Amino acid sequence: MKNFDLDIEEGEFLAVLGHNGSGKSTLARLMNGLLLPDKGTVEVFGTALTEKNLYDVRRNVGVVFQNPDNQTVSMLVEDDVAFGAENVGLTREEIGERIAFALSAVGMEEYRHATVARLSGGQKQRIAIAGVLALKPRVLVLDESTAMLDPRGRREIMDVVLRLNREEHITVVLITHFMEEALLSSRAVVMNRGEIVMQGAPSDIFERHEELLTYNLTLPRIGEICKKLQAGGMNVPDTLDVEILAEAIAASLRSS
Amino acid sequence: MKEVTFGQYYPVESFVHKVDPRLKIVFLIAYITAIFLAKNFYGLAACAFVLVLTVAFSRVPILKVLRALRGIAVLILFTSVLNVFFYRGEGDPYFEWTVFAVYREGLIFSAFLVCRLVLLAMLSSMLTYTTTPVALCDGIESLLTPLKWIRFPVHAVSLIMSQALSMIPILSDETDRIKSAQMARGADFESGNPVKRVKAMIPILIPLLISAFRRAEELGEAMEARCYMGDKKRTKYKKLTFTWRDLIVFLLIAGLVTGVVLLRVYCGGVI
Repeated sequence: MKNFDLDIEEGEFLAVLGHNGSGKSTLARLMNGLLLPDKGTVEVFGTALTEKNLYDVRRNVGVVFQNPDNQTVSMLVEDDVAFGAENVGLTREEIGERIAFALSAVGMEEYRHATVARLSGGQKQRIAIAGVLALKPRVLVLDESTAMLDPRGRREIMDVVLRLNREEHITVVLITHFMEEALLSSRAVVMNRGEIVMQGAPSDIFERHEELLTYNLTLPRIGEICKKLQAGGMNVPDTLDVEILAEAIAASLRSS
Repeated sequence: MKEVTFGQYYPVESFVHKVDPRLKIVFLIAYITAIFLAKNFYGLAACAFVLVLTVAFSRVPILKVLRALRGIAVLILFTSVLNVFFYRGEGDPYFEWTVFAVYREGLIFSAFLVCRLVLLAMLSSMLTYTTTPVALCDGIESLLTPLKWIRFPVHAVSLIMSQALSMIPILSDETDRIKSAQMARGADFESGNPVKRVKAMIPILIPLLISAFRRAEELGEAMEARCYMGDKKRTKYKKLTFTWRDLIVFLLIAGLVTGVVLLRVYCGGVI
Protein backbone atom coordinates (compact mmCIF):
# COMPACT_ATOMS: atom_id res chain seq x y z
CA MET A 1 0.00 0.00 0.00
CA LYS A 2 1.25 3.46 -0.79
CA ASN A 3 0.04 7.06 -0.54
CA PHE A 4 -2.70 5.81 1.66
CA ASP A 5 -4.55 8.35 3.74
CA LEU A 6 -7.92 7.51 5.18
CA ASP A 7 -9.82 8.95 8.12
CA ILE A 8 -12.64 6.96 9.60
CA GLU A 9 -15.21 8.83 11.67
CA GLU A 10 -16.59 7.31 14.83
CA GLY A 11 -19.99 5.75 14.26
CA GLU A 12 -19.80 5.68 10.50
CA PHE A 13 -20.41 2.73 8.22
CA LEU A 14 -17.56 2.67 5.76
CA ALA A 15 -17.42 0.27 2.84
CA VAL A 16 -14.06 -0.54 1.29
CA LEU A 17 -14.40 -1.90 -2.23
CA GLY A 18 -11.72 -3.40 -4.35
CA HIS A 19 -10.81 -6.26 -6.59
CA ASN A 20 -8.58 -9.16 -5.46
CA GLY A 21 -5.11 -7.93 -4.59
CA SER A 22 -6.17 -4.31 -4.22
CA GLY A 23 -4.84 -4.21 -0.65
CA LYS A 24 -8.16 -4.47 1.17
CA SER A 25 -7.09 -7.27 3.46
CA THR A 26 -3.79 -5.55 4.19
CA LEU A 27 -5.86 -2.57 5.33
CA ALA A 28 -7.84 -4.79 7.73
CA ARG A 29 -4.64 -6.23 9.20
CA LEU A 30 -3.12 -2.77 9.61
CA MET A 31 -6.13 -1.57 11.56
CA ASN A 32 -5.64 -3.97 14.47
CA GLY A 33 -1.90 -4.38 14.32
CA LEU A 34 -1.73 -7.84 12.79
CA LEU A 35 0.57 -5.99 10.40
CA LEU A 36 2.57 -2.93 11.35
CA PRO A 37 3.32 -0.40 8.60
CA ASP A 38 6.91 -0.16 7.25
CA LYS A 39 6.44 3.56 6.89
CA GLY A 40 3.77 5.89 8.18
CA THR A 41 1.45 5.46 11.13
CA VAL A 42 -1.89 3.99 11.99
CA GLU A 43 -3.75 6.05 14.54
CA VAL A 44 -6.56 4.53 16.54
CA PHE A 45 -8.66 6.89 18.64
CA GLY A 46 -5.91 9.46 18.59
CA THR A 47 -2.97 7.28 19.60
CA ALA A 48 -0.47 5.83 17.19
CA LEU A 49 -0.45 2.04 16.99
CA THR A 50 2.79 0.52 18.26
CA GLU A 51 3.83 -2.89 19.48
CA LYS A 52 3.30 -1.71 23.04
CA ASN A 53 -0.37 -0.78 22.79
CA LEU A 54 -1.23 -3.61 20.39
CA TYR A 55 -3.62 -5.38 22.74
CA ASP A 56 -5.42 -2.20 23.79
CA VAL A 57 -6.01 -1.50 20.11
CA ARG A 58 -7.22 -5.04 19.46
CA ARG A 59 -9.77 -4.71 22.25
CA ASN A 60 -11.20 -1.68 20.48
CA VAL A 61 -10.86 -2.83 16.88
CA GLY A 62 -12.38 -6.24 16.25
CA VAL A 63 -11.66 -7.97 12.96
CA VAL A 64 -13.83 -10.72 11.51
CA PHE A 65 -12.23 -12.74 8.71
CA GLN A 66 -13.42 -14.54 5.64
CA ASN A 67 -13.64 -18.21 6.49
CA PRO A 68 -15.93 -18.94 9.46
CA ASP A 69 -14.45 -22.43 9.95
CA ASN A 70 -10.97 -21.04 10.42
CA GLN A 71 -11.99 -18.64 13.17
CA THR A 72 -13.56 -21.16 15.49
CA VAL A 73 -11.46 -21.71 18.56
CA SER A 74 -13.77 -24.03 20.44
CA MET A 75 -16.32 -26.65 19.49
CA LEU A 76 -19.03 -25.18 21.69
CA VAL A 77 -20.64 -21.83 20.78
CA GLU A 78 -20.45 -20.53 24.34
CA ASP A 79 -16.76 -21.38 24.75
CA ASP A 80 -15.90 -19.92 21.37
CA VAL A 81 -17.57 -16.60 22.13
CA ALA A 82 -15.90 -16.56 25.54
CA PHE A 83 -12.40 -16.91 24.06
CA GLY A 84 -11.65 -13.21 23.55
CA ALA A 85 -13.11 -12.19 26.89
CA GLU A 86 -11.05 -14.89 28.62
CA ASN A 87 -7.90 -13.64 26.91
CA VAL A 88 -8.14 -10.16 28.41
CA GLY A 89 -8.60 -11.53 31.89
CA LEU A 90 -12.21 -10.71 32.74
CA THR A 91 -13.90 -12.38 35.70
CA ARG A 92 -16.30 -15.28 35.20
CA GLU A 93 -19.37 -13.12 35.81
CA GLU A 94 -18.21 -10.52 33.31
CA ILE A 95 -17.47 -13.19 30.71
CA GLY A 96 -20.93 -14.68 31.23
CA GLU A 97 -22.51 -11.25 30.66
CA ARG A 98 -20.35 -10.62 27.61
CA ILE A 99 -21.42 -13.94 26.07
CA ALA A 100 -25.08 -13.11 26.63
CA PHE A 101 -24.60 -9.61 25.18
CA ALA A 102 -22.65 -10.79 22.13
CA LEU A 103 -24.99 -13.64 21.29
CA SER A 104 -28.09 -11.47 21.56
CA ALA A 105 -26.41 -8.80 19.42
CA VAL A 106 -26.10 -11.31 16.59
CA GLY A 107 -29.44 -12.98 17.32
CA MET A 108 -28.00 -16.36 18.32
CA GLU A 109 -29.02 -16.57 22.00
CA GLU A 110 -30.74 -19.92 21.63
CA TYR A 111 -27.58 -21.50 20.23
CA ARG A 112 -25.47 -20.79 23.33
CA HIS A 113 -24.99 -24.45 24.17
CA ALA A 114 -24.89 -25.72 20.57
CA THR A 115 -21.96 -27.23 18.71
CA VAL A 116 -20.37 -24.86 16.19
CA ALA A 117 -19.88 -27.62 13.61
CA ARG A 118 -23.64 -28.11 13.27
CA LEU A 119 -24.44 -24.49 12.37
CA SER A 120 -24.86 -23.06 8.87
CA GLY A 121 -22.21 -20.85 7.29
CA GLY A 122 -24.12 -17.66 8.10
CA GLN A 123 -24.68 -18.77 11.68
CA LYS A 124 -21.00 -19.67 12.09
CA GLN A 125 -20.01 -16.24 10.84
CA ARG A 126 -22.48 -14.64 13.27
CA ILE A 127 -20.74 -16.59 16.05
CA ALA A 128 -17.41 -15.25 14.77
CA ILE A 129 -18.82 -11.72 15.01
CA ALA A 130 -20.11 -12.48 18.51
CA GLY A 131 -16.63 -13.70 19.45
CA VAL A 132 -15.25 -10.30 18.49
CA LEU A 133 -18.15 -8.41 20.11
CA ALA A 134 -17.42 -10.14 23.42
CA LEU A 135 -14.44 -7.80 23.66
CA LYS A 136 -16.85 -4.84 23.31
CA PRO A 137 -14.91 -3.20 20.46
CA ARG A 138 -15.79 0.29 19.26
CA VAL A 139 -14.86 -0.59 15.69
CA LEU A 140 -15.87 -3.71 13.81
CA VAL A 141 -13.85 -4.58 10.70
CA LEU A 142 -15.29 -7.23 8.40
CA ASP A 143 -12.65 -8.53 6.04
CA GLU A 144 -14.68 -10.15 3.24
CA SER A 145 -16.69 -11.86 5.93
CA THR A 146 -19.54 -12.64 3.56
CA ALA A 147 -17.45 -13.90 0.64
CA MET A 148 -17.86 -17.57 1.49
CA LEU A 149 -21.54 -17.43 2.37
CA ASP A 150 -24.67 -18.14 0.35
CA PRO A 151 -27.05 -15.22 -0.34
CA ARG A 152 -29.10 -16.01 2.75
CA GLY A 153 -26.06 -16.11 5.01
CA ARG A 154 -24.86 -12.86 3.46
CA ARG A 155 -28.16 -11.17 4.26
CA GLU A 156 -28.03 -12.46 7.85
CA ILE A 157 -24.60 -10.90 8.32
CA MET A 158 -25.58 -7.58 6.73
CA ASP A 159 -28.67 -7.34 8.95
CA VAL A 160 -26.55 -7.92 12.04
CA VAL A 161 -23.90 -5.43 10.98
CA LEU A 162 -26.43 -2.73 10.15
CA ARG A 163 -28.12 -3.16 13.50
CA LEU A 164 -24.82 -3.01 15.38
CA ASN A 165 -23.98 0.20 13.57
CA ARG A 166 -27.34 1.83 14.24
CA GLU A 167 -28.24 0.54 17.68
CA GLU A 168 -24.92 -0.16 19.38
CA HIS A 169 -23.21 2.74 17.57
CA ILE A 170 -20.28 0.57 16.59
CA THR A 171 -18.14 1.97 13.79
CA VAL A 172 -18.21 -0.52 10.92
CA VAL A 173 -15.57 -0.99 8.23
CA LEU A 174 -16.94 -3.40 5.67
CA ILE A 175 -14.35 -4.75 3.28
CA THR A 176 -16.02 -6.45 0.37
CA HIS A 177 -16.20 -6.97 -3.36
CA PHE A 178 -19.97 -7.24 -3.36
CA MET A 179 -21.26 -3.87 -4.53
CA GLU A 180 -24.74 -4.57 -3.14
CA GLU A 181 -23.33 -4.61 0.37
CA ALA A 182 -21.53 -1.31 -0.12
CA LEU A 183 -24.91 0.24 -0.90
CA LEU A 184 -25.87 0.02 2.75
CA SER A 185 -22.86 2.04 3.87
CA SER A 186 -22.72 5.75 4.61
CA ARG A 187 -19.45 6.18 2.73
CA ALA A 188 -17.58 4.03 0.26
CA VAL A 189 -13.94 3.88 -0.69
CA VAL A 190 -12.61 2.10 -3.77
CA MET A 191 -9.11 0.65 -3.61
CA ASN A 192 -6.89 -0.41 -6.45
CA ARG A 193 -3.29 -1.62 -6.14
CA GLY A 194 -2.94 -0.36 -2.61
CA GLU A 195 -4.28 3.12 -3.27
CA ILE A 196 -7.58 4.86 -2.77
CA VAL A 197 -8.89 5.65 -6.21
CA MET A 198 -12.46 6.75 -5.53
CA GLN A 199 -14.43 7.79 -2.47
CA GLY A 200 -17.78 9.28 -1.61
CA ALA A 201 -21.39 8.32 -1.00
CA PRO A 202 -22.08 4.86 -2.43
CA SER A 203 -24.70 6.20 -4.82
CA ASP A 204 -22.23 8.79 -6.18
CA ILE A 205 -19.62 6.13 -6.72
CA PHE A 206 -22.03 3.91 -8.56
CA GLU A 207 -22.90 6.80 -10.85
CA ARG A 208 -19.37 6.54 -12.20
CA HIS A 209 -19.83 2.98 -13.38
CA GLU A 210 -17.49 3.31 -16.35
CA GLU A 211 -14.67 4.21 -14.00
CA LEU A 212 -15.56 1.34 -11.66
CA LEU A 213 -15.17 -1.09 -14.54
CA THR A 214 -11.54 -0.06 -15.00
CA TYR A 215 -10.92 -1.26 -11.42
CA ASN A 216 -12.56 -4.59 -12.25
CA LEU A 217 -15.67 -3.79 -10.24
CA THR A 218 -19.14 -4.19 -11.67
CA LEU A 219 -22.27 -2.33 -10.64
CA PRO A 220 -24.85 -3.89 -8.35
CA ARG A 221 -27.63 -5.53 -10.22
CA ILE A 222 -30.12 -2.72 -9.59
CA GLY A 223 -27.68 -0.21 -11.06
CA GLU A 224 -27.13 -2.39 -14.09
CA ILE A 225 -30.88 -2.74 -14.60
CA CYS A 226 -31.22 1.08 -14.51
CA LYS A 227 -28.52 1.52 -17.10
CA LYS A 228 -30.04 -1.13 -19.37
CA LEU A 229 -33.53 0.35 -19.07
CA GLN A 230 -32.16 3.78 -19.95
CA ALA A 231 -30.32 2.31 -22.93
CA GLY A 232 -33.59 0.70 -24.00
CA GLY A 233 -35.24 4.12 -23.97
CA MET A 234 -37.18 3.96 -20.73
CA ASN A 235 -37.31 7.10 -18.64
CA VAL A 236 -35.88 5.97 -15.29
CA PRO A 237 -33.47 7.82 -13.01
CA ASP A 238 -30.12 6.41 -11.87
CA THR A 239 -31.00 4.85 -8.61
CA LEU A 240 -29.92 2.00 -6.34
CA ASP A 241 -33.18 1.94 -4.44
CA VAL A 242 -35.50 -0.87 -5.49
CA GLU A 243 -38.63 1.07 -4.47
CA ILE A 244 -37.72 4.17 -6.47
CA LEU A 245 -36.88 2.09 -9.51
CA ALA A 246 -40.13 0.15 -9.27
CA GLU A 247 -42.15 3.41 -9.05
CA ALA A 248 -40.25 4.87 -12.00
CA ILE A 249 -40.87 1.77 -14.12
CA ALA A 250 -44.55 1.78 -13.20
CA ALA A 251 -44.84 5.51 -13.99
CA SER A 252 -43.15 5.24 -17.37
CA LEU A 253 -45.25 2.19 -18.31
CA ARG A 254 -48.42 4.09 -17.36
CA SER A 255 -47.47 7.14 -19.44
CA SER A 256 -46.69 5.01 -22.49
CA MET B 1 -22.53 -30.83 7.12
CA LYS B 2 -22.52 -34.41 8.25
CA GLU B 3 -22.53 -35.47 11.85
CA VAL B 4 -19.14 -36.35 13.17
CA THR B 5 -18.93 -38.01 16.52
CA PHE B 6 -15.43 -37.52 17.78
CA GLY B 7 -14.37 -40.11 20.22
CA GLN B 8 -17.54 -41.85 21.24
CA TYR B 9 -19.27 -39.50 23.65
CA TYR B 10 -22.73 -40.72 24.56
CA PRO B 11 -24.82 -37.60 25.24
CA VAL B 12 -27.18 -38.22 28.15
CA GLU B 13 -27.44 -36.64 31.57
CA SER B 14 -26.32 -38.89 34.36
CA PHE B 15 -24.45 -39.05 37.63
CA VAL B 16 -21.29 -40.28 35.91
CA HIS B 17 -21.50 -37.64 33.16
CA LYS B 18 -21.53 -34.92 35.79
CA VAL B 19 -18.49 -36.13 37.69
CA ASP B 20 -15.49 -33.81 37.41
CA PRO B 21 -13.36 -34.91 34.41
CA ARG B 22 -10.19 -34.67 36.48
CA LEU B 23 -11.59 -37.11 38.98
CA LYS B 24 -12.66 -39.43 36.17
CA ILE B 25 -9.13 -39.51 34.82
CA VAL B 26 -7.74 -40.19 38.30
CA PHE B 27 -10.45 -42.82 38.73
CA LEU B 28 -9.35 -44.59 35.55
CA ILE B 29 -5.70 -44.57 36.61
CA ALA B 30 -6.58 -45.88 40.08
CA TYR B 31 -8.83 -48.53 38.55
CA ILE B 32 -6.07 -49.76 36.25
CA THR B 33 -3.72 -49.91 39.22
CA ALA B 34 -6.32 -51.85 41.20
CA ILE B 35 -6.75 -54.34 38.35
CA PHE B 36 -3.04 -54.99 38.27
CA LEU B 37 -2.79 -55.15 42.05
CA ALA B 38 -5.49 -57.82 42.16
CA LYS B 39 -3.92 -61.23 42.45
CA ASN B 40 -7.06 -63.31 42.74
CA PHE B 41 -10.63 -63.47 41.50
CA TYR B 42 -11.95 -61.79 44.64
CA GLY B 43 -9.99 -58.67 43.76
CA LEU B 44 -11.29 -58.75 40.22
CA ALA B 45 -14.81 -59.28 41.54
CA ALA B 46 -14.43 -56.05 43.52
CA CYS B 47 -13.28 -54.27 40.35
CA ALA B 48 -16.19 -55.77 38.40
CA PHE B 49 -18.58 -54.54 41.06
CA VAL B 50 -17.28 -50.99 40.64
CA LEU B 51 -17.60 -51.31 36.87
CA VAL B 52 -21.22 -52.44 37.21
CA LEU B 53 -21.92 -49.45 39.46
CA THR B 54 -20.31 -47.08 36.96
CA VAL B 55 -22.29 -48.43 34.02
CA ALA B 56 -25.52 -48.45 36.03
CA PHE B 57 -25.18 -44.81 37.04
CA SER B 58 -24.05 -43.62 33.59
CA ARG B 59 -27.22 -44.52 31.64
CA VAL B 60 -24.99 -45.73 28.80
CA PRO B 61 -26.61 -48.86 27.28
CA ILE B 62 -24.73 -52.01 28.28
CA LEU B 63 -24.47 -53.08 24.62
CA LYS B 64 -22.51 -49.91 23.85
CA VAL B 65 -20.10 -50.68 26.66
CA LEU B 66 -19.69 -54.28 25.47
CA ARG B 67 -18.93 -52.97 22.01
CA ALA B 68 -15.68 -51.58 23.38
CA LEU B 69 -14.53 -55.20 23.59
CA ARG B 70 -14.64 -55.59 19.83
CA GLY B 71 -11.53 -53.47 19.53
CA ILE B 72 -9.49 -55.74 21.76
CA ALA B 73 -11.11 -59.06 20.73
CA VAL B 74 -8.00 -60.13 18.83
CA LEU B 75 -5.78 -59.25 21.77
CA ILE B 76 -7.99 -61.22 24.15
CA LEU B 77 -8.02 -64.23 21.87
CA PHE B 78 -4.28 -64.10 21.34
CA THR B 79 -3.30 -63.85 25.01
CA SER B 80 -5.79 -66.46 26.15
CA VAL B 81 -4.76 -69.00 23.48
CA LEU B 82 -1.08 -68.49 24.26
CA ASN B 83 -1.64 -68.92 27.98
CA VAL B 84 -3.88 -71.96 27.64
CA PHE B 85 -1.35 -73.85 25.51
CA PHE B 86 1.97 -72.69 26.86
CA TYR B 87 1.46 -72.17 30.59
CA ARG B 88 3.46 -74.90 32.36
CA GLY B 89 1.71 -75.93 35.55
CA GLU B 90 2.46 -78.68 38.08
CA GLY B 91 0.71 -82.03 38.00
CA ASP B 92 -0.51 -83.77 34.88
CA PRO B 93 -1.64 -81.86 31.83
CA TYR B 94 -5.19 -82.36 30.53
CA PHE B 95 -3.86 -82.48 27.01
CA GLU B 96 -0.42 -82.64 25.43
CA TRP B 97 0.78 -82.50 21.83
CA THR B 98 4.38 -81.62 20.81
CA VAL B 99 5.04 -78.23 22.40
CA PHE B 100 1.40 -77.58 23.31
CA ALA B 101 0.09 -78.58 26.71
CA VAL B 102 -3.03 -77.60 28.60
CA TYR B 103 -2.69 -77.49 32.39
CA ARG B 104 -5.29 -76.61 35.00
CA GLU B 105 -3.25 -73.59 36.07
CA GLY B 106 -3.00 -72.44 32.46
CA LEU B 107 -6.78 -72.41 32.12
CA ILE B 108 -7.25 -70.49 35.36
CA PHE B 109 -4.50 -68.01 34.63
CA SER B 110 -5.79 -67.37 31.13
CA ALA B 111 -9.32 -66.82 32.45
CA PHE B 112 -7.85 -64.39 34.97
CA LEU B 113 -6.03 -62.42 32.23
CA VAL B 114 -9.14 -62.27 30.07
CA CYS B 115 -11.12 -60.87 33.00
CA ARG B 116 -8.45 -58.24 33.57
CA LEU B 117 -8.45 -57.12 29.94
CA VAL B 118 -12.24 -57.05 29.71
CA LEU B 119 -12.57 -54.92 32.86
CA LEU B 120 -9.81 -52.61 31.67
CA ALA B 121 -11.34 -52.05 28.25
CA MET B 122 -14.85 -51.55 29.57
CA LEU B 123 -13.93 -48.98 32.20
CA SER B 124 -11.67 -47.06 29.81
CA SER B 125 -14.51 -46.83 27.33
CA MET B 126 -16.75 -45.50 30.11
CA LEU B 127 -14.45 -42.47 30.39
CA THR B 128 -14.87 -41.54 26.74
CA TYR B 129 -18.59 -42.39 26.70
CA THR B 130 -19.34 -40.02 29.56
CA THR B 131 -16.83 -37.18 29.03
CA THR B 132 -16.76 -34.73 26.11
CA PRO B 133 -13.37 -34.27 24.43
CA VAL B 134 -13.42 -30.63 25.58
CA ALA B 135 -13.95 -31.62 29.20
CA LEU B 136 -11.26 -34.26 28.87
CA CYS B 137 -8.80 -31.63 27.62
CA ASP B 138 -9.71 -29.28 30.47
CA GLY B 139 -9.24 -32.12 32.91
CA ILE B 140 -5.83 -33.03 31.53
CA GLU B 141 -4.76 -29.38 31.57
CA SER B 142 -5.81 -29.00 35.16
CA LEU B 143 -4.10 -32.25 36.21
CA LEU B 144 -0.89 -31.21 34.47
CA THR B 145 -0.82 -27.79 36.18
CA PRO B 146 1.85 -28.84 38.72
CA LEU B 147 4.20 -29.36 35.77
CA LYS B 148 4.28 -25.57 35.36
CA TRP B 149 6.84 -25.69 38.15
CA ILE B 150 9.31 -27.31 35.81
CA ARG B 151 8.34 -24.83 33.07
CA PHE B 152 6.35 -27.37 31.10
CA PRO B 153 4.03 -25.39 28.76
CA VAL B 154 0.80 -26.85 30.14
CA HIS B 155 -1.46 -24.21 28.64
CA ALA B 156 0.07 -24.52 25.16
CA VAL B 157 -0.14 -28.30 25.21
CA SER B 158 -3.80 -28.31 26.23
CA LEU B 159 -4.59 -25.66 23.59
CA ILE B 160 -2.92 -27.82 20.95
CA MET B 161 -4.94 -30.83 22.11
CA SER B 162 -8.26 -29.03 21.99
CA GLN B 163 -7.47 -27.42 18.63
CA ALA B 164 -6.55 -30.81 17.21
CA LEU B 165 -9.89 -32.11 18.45
CA SER B 166 -11.91 -29.31 16.93
CA MET B 167 -10.08 -29.72 13.62
CA ILE B 168 -11.28 -33.31 13.25
CA PRO B 169 -14.80 -32.58 11.94
CA ILE B 170 -13.52 -29.78 9.69
CA LEU B 171 -10.76 -31.87 8.18
CA SER B 172 -13.10 -34.80 7.76
CA ASP B 173 -15.46 -32.56 5.76
CA GLU B 174 -12.53 -31.25 3.79
CA THR B 175 -11.41 -34.81 3.01
CA ASP B 176 -14.85 -35.59 1.57
CA ARG B 177 -14.75 -32.45 -0.54
CA ILE B 178 -11.29 -33.17 -1.93
CA LYS B 179 -12.22 -36.79 -2.55
CA SER B 180 -15.32 -35.78 -4.53
CA ALA B 181 -13.28 -33.23 -6.46
CA GLN B 182 -10.65 -35.82 -7.38
CA MET B 183 -13.31 -38.39 -8.25
CA ALA B 184 -14.98 -35.86 -10.53
CA ARG B 185 -11.69 -35.72 -12.39
CA GLY B 186 -11.61 -39.48 -12.78
CA ALA B 187 -9.59 -40.53 -9.74
CA ASP B 188 -10.29 -44.09 -8.66
CA PHE B 189 -10.11 -44.90 -4.95
CA GLU B 190 -12.07 -48.14 -4.85
CA SER B 191 -10.36 -50.62 -7.14
CA GLY B 192 -6.90 -52.16 -7.44
CA ASN B 193 -4.62 -53.89 -4.98
CA PRO B 194 -3.89 -52.37 -1.55
CA VAL B 195 -0.64 -50.73 -2.72
CA LYS B 196 -2.46 -49.05 -5.59
CA ARG B 197 -5.23 -47.89 -3.26
CA VAL B 198 -2.78 -46.40 -0.80
CA LYS B 199 -1.07 -44.59 -3.65
CA ALA B 200 -4.45 -43.28 -4.79
CA MET B 201 -4.75 -41.52 -1.42
CA ILE B 202 -1.82 -39.19 -2.18
CA PRO B 203 -3.92 -36.77 -4.27
CA ILE B 204 -6.22 -36.47 -1.23
CA LEU B 205 -3.53 -36.15 1.42
CA ILE B 206 -1.50 -33.38 -0.18
CA PRO B 207 -4.37 -30.88 -0.63
CA LEU B 208 -5.60 -31.84 2.83
CA LEU B 209 -2.23 -31.09 4.37
CA ILE B 210 -2.01 -27.76 2.59
CA SER B 211 -5.49 -26.76 3.68
CA ALA B 212 -4.70 -27.79 7.26
CA PHE B 213 -1.69 -25.49 7.24
CA ARG B 214 -3.70 -22.63 5.79
CA ARG B 215 -6.37 -23.17 8.39
CA ALA B 216 -3.79 -23.18 11.16
CA GLU B 217 -2.37 -19.89 9.93
CA GLU B 218 -5.76 -18.20 9.62
CA LEU B 219 -6.81 -19.54 13.00
CA GLY B 220 -3.67 -18.06 14.52
CA GLU B 221 -4.53 -14.67 13.07
CA ALA B 222 -8.13 -14.90 14.26
CA MET B 223 -6.93 -15.80 17.76
CA GLU B 224 -4.51 -12.88 17.82
CA ALA B 225 -7.25 -10.58 16.60
CA ARG B 226 -9.19 -11.64 19.68
CA CYS B 227 -6.36 -10.56 21.97
CA TYR B 228 -4.83 -13.98 22.47
CA MET B 229 -1.46 -13.65 24.21
CA GLY B 230 -0.84 -17.06 25.70
CA ASP B 231 -1.91 -17.58 29.28
CA LYS B 232 -0.45 -14.29 30.49
CA LYS B 233 -3.68 -12.60 31.57
CA ARG B 234 -6.10 -15.31 30.61
CA THR B 235 -8.99 -16.28 32.84
CA LYS B 236 -11.27 -19.26 32.42
CA TYR B 237 -15.03 -19.03 32.01
CA LYS B 238 -15.67 -22.65 32.81
CA LYS B 239 -14.04 -23.58 36.06
CA LEU B 240 -13.93 -27.15 37.23
CA THR B 241 -15.31 -27.45 40.75
CA PHE B 242 -15.71 -30.45 42.98
CA THR B 243 -19.20 -31.35 44.22
CA TRP B 244 -20.77 -33.97 46.46
CA ARG B 245 -20.78 -36.36 43.49
CA ASP B 246 -17.04 -36.15 43.30
CA LEU B 247 -16.72 -36.92 46.98
CA ILE B 248 -18.75 -40.13 46.55
CA VAL B 249 -16.63 -41.14 43.56
CA PHE B 250 -13.46 -40.37 45.48
CA LEU B 251 -14.57 -42.57 48.39
CA LEU B 252 -15.43 -45.34 45.93
CA ILE B 253 -11.95 -45.21 44.39
CA ALA B 254 -10.27 -45.20 47.77
CA GLY B 255 -12.47 -48.10 48.90
CA LEU B 256 -11.70 -50.10 45.78
CA VAL B 257 -7.94 -49.71 46.00
CA THR B 258 -7.88 -50.53 49.74
CA GLY B 259 -10.17 -53.50 49.21
CA VAL B 260 -8.07 -54.93 46.43
CA VAL B 261 -4.87 -54.53 48.44
CA LEU B 262 -6.46 -56.28 51.47
CA LEU B 263 -7.75 -59.12 49.28
CA ARG B 264 -4.29 -59.46 47.80
CA VAL B 265 -2.69 -59.76 51.22
CA TYR B 266 -5.24 -62.05 52.88
CA CYS B 267 -6.55 -64.26 50.11
CA GLY B 268 -3.38 -65.20 48.25
CA GLY B 269 -2.77 -65.51 44.53
CA VAL B 270 -5.00 -66.96 41.89
CA ILE B 271 -2.85 -70.06 41.59
